Amino acid sequence: MSNVTTDDVQRLAVLSNLQLSDDEVSGLTKDISEILTYIEQLADIDTSEVEPTYLVSSLENVWRQDVIDDGGVTRDHLLALAPDSHDNQVKVPKVL
Amino acid sequence: MAAIASIAESVSHGERTARSYVEEALAKAKQHSDYHAFLSITEERALKRADEIDARVKDGKAVGRLAGVCFVVKDNYLAFGAPTTAASKILEHFEAPIQATVVEKLEVEGAICIGKSNLDAFAHGGSTENSAYGLTCNAYDKTKVAGGSSGGSAVVTALDIVPFALGSDTGGSIRQPASFNGVVGIKPTYGMSSRFGVVAMASSTDVMGCFAKTAEDAEIITDIMAGQDVCDMTTLPDYFTPLRNEPQNLTIGLIDSAMTKDVDPEVRAVTEAYAERLKAAGHTIEHVDMKMLKYALAMYYIIVPAEVSSNLARYDGIRYGTRSQSAKSLAELYGKSRDEGFMPENKRRIMIGSYVLSSGYFDAYYLQAQKARTLLIREFAALFEKVDVLLLPTAPTPAFGIGENVNDPVKMYLADIMTVPASLAGLPALSVPAGTSKTGLPIGVQMIGPMQSDALLLALSKSMESAI
Repeated sequence: MSNVTTDDVQRLAVLSNLQLSDDEVSGLTKDISEILTYIEQLADIDTSEVEPTYLVSSLENVWRQDVIDDGGVTRDHLLALAPDSHDNQVKVPKVL
Repeated sequence: MAAIASIAESVSHGERTARSYVEEALAKAKQHSDYHAFLSITEERALKRADEIDARVKDGKAVGRLAGVCFVVKDNYLAFGAPTTAASKILEHFEAPIQATVVEKLEVEGAICIGKSNLDAFAHGGSTENSAYGLTCNAYDKTKVAGGSSGGSAVVTALDIVPFALGSDTGGSIRQPASFNGVVGIKPTYGMSSRFGVVAMASSTDVMGCFAKTAEDAEIITDIMAGQDVCDMTTLPDYFTPLRNEPQNLTIGLIDSAMTKDVDPEVRAVTEAYAERLKAAGHTIEHVDMKMLKYALAMYYIIVPAEVSSNLARYDGIRYGTRSQSAKSLAELYGKSRDEGFMPENKRRIMIGSYVLSSGYFDAYYLQAQKARTLLIREFAALFEKVDVLLLPTAPTPAFGIGENVNDPVKMYLADIMTVPASLAGLPALSVPAGTSKTGLPIGVQMIGPMQSDALLLALSKSMESAI
């Protein structure tokens, strides 16, 4: 049984940019422990001579012409999607 | 429901209007609103498109192969006429500035999208219970789940609201709900169809496919969806050509390792009966074992959360999506927008992904899973030296009860155990209706073929439909 603590979950939440409530942390601690226990069975497989597979098709170096194609999407379209904007720019809270 | 080809023929010959088909589909959608299969109905745009097609027919202009054929997209496809929410709060008001390539391809042929269907948020789940907007009921029994994550698309097809619907399949999200709702669902070969304009989940296994009532209809839609897209570098040159003749004398491998006592006895009986029917149709059945099968789910729940954590990093409430109103600093804005915008299952997967990719754990989890994946692919390759097609159940059980698995993520994941192997290997696979349980729930069987054998799987399924 994998032993994940609430501290581990808090650390993962920081890595994942999730600001969790305390209730969520305790629920996730239990869930993540159970999921890790299940996936740990993979350690039984001998993979010492095996290369990993990251992509299942044999495609490589797919090229295209270096031509700009905005697909008809304008700056106004994109700015309209932003939750907040000002003077043609996306507005965010103070950074510094 | 009439076959797709006959609907398009009636419209292009002026026997029926596209508008009449759209009105019929919209009326059915409203009549069945209690299943909660739709997140939005794109009525205005659908009727406008129908009138444009009818005007072309009247003027004697050419219309496409799908003139007036209505369809529904899973709400993780960017499509005009309604927001693309991915069933999440963070994209609640997201009005896509473009449409997915496959939606465009279908529209060019005259198909008309009438709405967007419910899913597990960001396609994370196997029941459509993880939607931020409420669950979808099974088409055959409202106390059972629709399956997922493309549950809404399976249900609208099963209820005859539309002749076909689009789904996305990362680990079974088309095949499993197809089985639960008694329709055909195909997960094409990795790279057959463009993913451009669909909300990404796990880029090394995501594929776009369709649901239909028959393999014949699924073949027409697959043919149109297939092909290379400059906007999706993983797409393959169009290789899909429907087979003209019925496949004969195939060797079908029944995977015994997928027929253990953990699998519902009725599901096993239906799979065995389908094997008998294949035999009666002149094919040879061989019993095969697959040692890596039992490890595939563990590989999947490492590799996919890793990719999910990366793909979902973009949702931060800055450039688009819902922004938390209570955040005071930038860091809080990210953390709170993501906490408020994601469902619990999204957070589980993001955090598992962060865990297996983090320093100190990478080799033991992520790298080990990608190496085990190589062994799984090799085992499939060895099997396809002996057999043409593999047969196994689509899911270990018929549709389970609403709420039955929601508090136990591992139990919920086990519903994917039969579908993840083909996803990890990129192989084409489909689920076809094959029987029903004693309580009247549909049961599907799954067939997996070698890379790019999509047309063979569809032709075989088609021949079995006509053999009934």
